[in-house]
Amino acid sequence: MRLSPDAMIFWQYGFLRLNATIVFTWGLMLVLAIVSKLITRRLSMELERSRWQNLLEIVVTAIEKQIEEVGLSQPRKYLGFLGTLFLFVALSALCTVFPGYQPPTGSLSTTAALALCVFVAVPLFGIAEQGVGGYLHSYTKPTFIMLPFNIISELSRTLALAVRLFGNMMSGVMIIGILLSITPFVFPIVMTILGLLTGMVQAYIFFILAAVYIAAATQVRKPEPEPEAELNS
Amino acid sequence: MDSMTIIAVASIAIAGFATGFGTLGPALAEGRAVAIALTSLAQQPDASATITRTLFVGLAMIESTAIYCFVVSMILLFANPFWNHAIAQAAGK
Repeated sequence: MRLSPDAMIFWQYGFLRLNATIVFTWGLMLVLAIVSKLITRRLSMELERSRWQNLLEIVVTAIEKQIEEVGLSQPRKYLGFLGTLFLFVALSALCTVFPGYQPPTGSLSTTAALALCVFVAVPLFGIAEQGVGGYLHSYTKPTFIMLPFNIISELSRTLALAVRLFGNMMSGVMIIGILLSITPFVFPIVMTILGLLTGMVQAYIFFILAAVYIAAATQVRKPEPEPEAELNS
Repeated sequence: MDSMTIIAVASIAIAGFATGFGTLGPALAEGRAVAIALTSLAQQPDASATITRTLFVGLAMIESTAIYCFVVSMILLFANPFWNHAIAQAAGK
């Protein structure tokens, strides 16, 4: 039994190897890019608009609202990164309805790459928001003793992000594979439907955790509200 | 018993134990978290968006410990490094 789509090799030449993970990742990227390009080619500001534009607007505003609710007051700045993460993970889970498809997120390399993107993006957004000194100073909060623990948590949460997504997607594929050999007709379909649900939940969780990490890194210390002003007014 | 049998028996038994006991704690914890979230949803339906989001994030955190155990047992069953090492040793002999 294959543990990941890495083992499914389409084409090999020397050390160059084209496995299912790469093929399906690029396929998803092409689908996302081409569909977005096609829809945004004819955007209308009028009351009458195409149904595809409506769909895209629903998706974008929903993502934007979620980012804002996490605590990032300017969601437009992070929409590109976080929205892409969500759409990629969600689409890679949703496409499991097509036979012969294997979710690329069921491979540890893909999820590790996504988690590394978050690992790199969090300090970049943090530095952009509060400067190098301010961001580095946030590691010594609340006291200087917490410095090593903050660094460890930075690393361990990246590992957790990668392994969580990998484990969930891989377990879905694996359970369907095991059930196919025991009860071939009904239960694999039920588990596929359950897999669609867990895939969406995992996409949401990956996205919301990345947003929470970025929100924690970009938090600028706001001035304390003055209680006297409250009393006088 | 030769070493390969010992490796196989130990791997299969430990894989079962790892998933079994590893899901025990997270199952209890998730049940508790959902029960408390339902109670607070019934008390404050207005805060449902915040409660649901926090619940999902928390559940993901709890669940990931069970997922770690599952990944470890899958590695033991399907991509066992010790088993592969023993096979390579036997082939080299």
